[in-house]
Amino acid sequence: MNALRQFSACLAIAIAAAFPVHAQSSTTLRIVPQANLTVLDPVWTTAHVSRNHGYMIYDTLFGTDANGDIKPQMVDKWSVSPDQLTWTFTLRDGLEFHDGAPVTSADVIASLNRWSARDAMGVVFRGFFSEFEEVDAKTFRIVYRQPFGLTLELLGKAGGPAFIMPKRVAETAVSAQIKEFIGSGPYVFKADEFRPGERVVYMKNPKYVPRKEAPSGTTGGKVVFVDRVEWVIIRDPQTQLNALRAGEVDIIEQPAGEQYATLRTTPGVRLVEAIPAGSMYTLRFNFLNPPFDNVLVRRAAMVALGQEQVLRTQVAAAGLFRFCRSLYPCGSAYESQNTGIFTGVANPEASKKLLAEAGYKAQPVLLMRPSDFAALAKAPLVVKQQLEAGGFTVDMQTMDWQTLLARRAKKDAASAGGWDAFITFNSSTDNLNPLTMSMMNASGSRGWFGWQNDPELEEIKKQFATSKTDAERKKLAEQAQLRAIETVTHVNLGQFNQPAAVRANVTGIVPAGAQVYWNIKKVP
Amino acid sequence: MLRFIFSRLLATVPVLLVVAVIVFVILRLAPGDPAAVIAGSNATPDDIQHIRTSLGLDSSLLHQFQVYMTNLLKGDFGYSYYLQKPVTSLIAQRFEPTVSIAFGTMLFAVLVAVPLGTLAAWRMGGWLDRFLMGFSVVGFSVPVFVVAYLLIMLLALHWQLFPVQGYKSWSTGLWPWAKQLILPWFALGMVYVALLARVTRASVSEALTEDYIRTAKAKGVSETAVLFRHALANAAVPIVTVIGIGVALLIGGVVVTETVFAIPGLGSLTVEAVLNRDFPVIQGVVLFFAFAYVAINLLVDLSYLVFDPRIRY
Repeated sequence: MNALRQFSACLAIAIAAAFPVHAQSSTTLRIVPQANLTVLDPVWTTAHVSRNHGYMIYDTLFGTDANGDIKPQMVDKWSVSPDQLTWTFTLRDGLEFHDGAPVTSADVIASLNRWSARDAMGVVFRGFFSEFEEVDAKTFRIVYRQPFGLTLELLGKAGGPAFIMPKRVAETAVSAQIKEFIGSGPYVFKADEFRPGERVVYMKNPKYVPRKEAPSGTTGGKVVFVDRVEWVIIRDPQTQLNALRAGEVDIIEQPAGEQYATLRTTPGVRLVEAIPAGSMYTLRFNFLNPPFDNVLVRRAAMVALGQEQVLRTQVAAAGLFRFCRSLYPCGSAYESQNTGIFTGVANPEASKKLLAEAGYKAQPVLLMRPSDFAALAKAPLVVKQQLEAGGFTVDMQTMDWQTLLARRAKKDAASAGGWDAFITFNSSTDNLNPLTMSMMNASGSRGWFGWQNDPELEEIKKQFATSKTDAERKKLAEQAQLRAIETVTHVNLGQFNQPAAVRANVTGIVPAGAQVYWNIKKVP
Repeated sequence: MLRFIFSRLLATVPVLLVVAVIVFVILRLAPGDPAAVIAGSNATPDDIQHIRTSLGLDSSLLHQFQVYMTNLLKGDFGYSYYLQKPVTSLIAQRFEPTVSIAFGTMLFAVLVAVPLGTLAAWRMGGWLDRFLMGFSVVGFSVPVFVVAYLLIMLLALHWQLFPVQGYKSWSTGLWPWAKQLILPWFALGMVYVALLARVTRASVSEALTEDYIRTAKAKGVSETAVLFRHALANAAVPIVTVIGIGVALLIGGVVVTETVFAIPGLGSLTVEAVLNRDFPVIQGVVLFFAFAYVAINLLVDLSYLVFDPRIRY
């Protein structure tokens, strides 16, 4: 009898061990991020998934609200000297890193130093900047040699933001990745639960003191209503959709284009414009080699291309793309319909005329096509057809995205392993002004791939950086646009959106210039 | 036999060295630049160069090879370019899901296919035999991902019996672990059931024509004993060989299964590493798989000793 009781007890323990009951937190938000998070240092890479990770755990001095205005975030008050050379900032109360240490001016200065060495706009800022001054634990100054008119835009931009890290972390050489992931943001990164390629876990930061204002863009009160956020890495788009339907995940950040038709009719799922500004498709040239070293040939390509056909083929889902002639995103502060010869509508006859004028001898143009990147795989097929209709001979070479990334860094002629043109897309928040737009970097070999060298455009950008009023900046931004179109820095192929797919029981997503996860409520 | 095992293990060293060299060379010849991938699409050439320098990718290939081989001989597989974690720890992290899929799939396949194949051989031409041969054709012809999506649609989405995706470690309990894996086992197992059932049927049917079977029957041994103790035991060597090859083939199969079911195993680690051009991880995983392949073949060879006493090493 005793043996039987012992056996029963053992059996019960074994069953209990085999079928444990796990307490499921009702406030765990499960999200399929846009990509697998592989680099945790948002300064080291321009990958958007790393930037979004940054918004989870770090805070910024300023932010961009839903109207595109810059508003304070970690900063309480600030002032500018009459000569505009000295900016003084005071941090607000209650700022604390996840390890309990207060956020100080020294942390801010170290963070700005490291970030500005890598960020495109930060590099421009360093051309004007003289020094940082630590006034006291909560007050610091930026001192310029020459006035820089975009200080607040620099510190509050949503794309490539200046995240504030502890000084010891921010002192990591810019050539190396940080090894400690401690911020003062609304979530705490759970390093012990980070499973690369599987799961990234964040816990609510109980010590975070949100601002009193309502959340708007990347500004306002970053109030967290869930206890835990899990980024679940699911590569296959069909599996993402199945997981959302089954309630295993709550949000798909960027569903694949072909899923939208299904998502629109899936019960219990809605589409939310989490990044209303969307993204922009562009065609970029190699300025170093024929035929695109000739501005007339670039113009021919520009007039040969029509946005609508590209967008209809590539984005496909109705209502998710828009015709936009402006090089700055339509709906943004510097949008301008003054686009000179660029209409965004295909005109093959005009293209042929320009090619004849340029003396183009039908030499093949090597267009790179990344077949494995769904968001970019179809557009080159249309562009090829349009260029050919405009009189070009196109050699479209299909490759994977990583090969394209490596090949576009080669300055050689196409026949020697280089390239002539490729299509890419940028987040609209990266194209908000001439300083942040990669394609308008015309500083030659130090510039963006394609290596355009145009001192005149660079001069307009310099004036833009030093301008003092919004009206002046608006005028200069338009001038930069016209110069970019005249020299054909790139061809704007239109604007598109990738709304997030969200389960009906999840509310409160804050539309912003980046994917942010505060203010979200989940009904169990 | 110990001498045999030792010599076989010793032989794996040059095999792995050759694999290491080939993988290193192929990766460096293939297009793609890890630094460009890490830097992201908005990075400037300067950013990429910074990263290339910090990863040591700007040094000569010969120097990179020298460093790689020296570290390898010390048992150091290197660090992931992205995650700054040792490759060995990444492999260890992803080992359990892959072993769980592979082991479960093979167990499922053996438990289903061997009895069915044996019975089909016993009643050759009967309904079970015809069904099994028909099933083999279907199981072999339908790709794993099609079976997987069909199973997800029916059993996970429609009847909600199993989860759509993900993996739970066996440390969370037997049922949570198995529940996540039942669909992957079925999806991937179909091919191996088809393969093993055919081989078992062929081997057993051949064994059933042997003289010792007739002798056993003449001695009055029961039909079941003749079938399982004599025929199947003697047909075991080719079956075990196919199981061994099947385990090796599973390495390819798990890549698809892990992708469809979002299981973070070695297959998905390989895919991520290839897409990101994470050279140290690719090299480490390929070496690991090569070693696993050699080890499985050794185990299969050793198992012959159990199934066929005539074999001596």
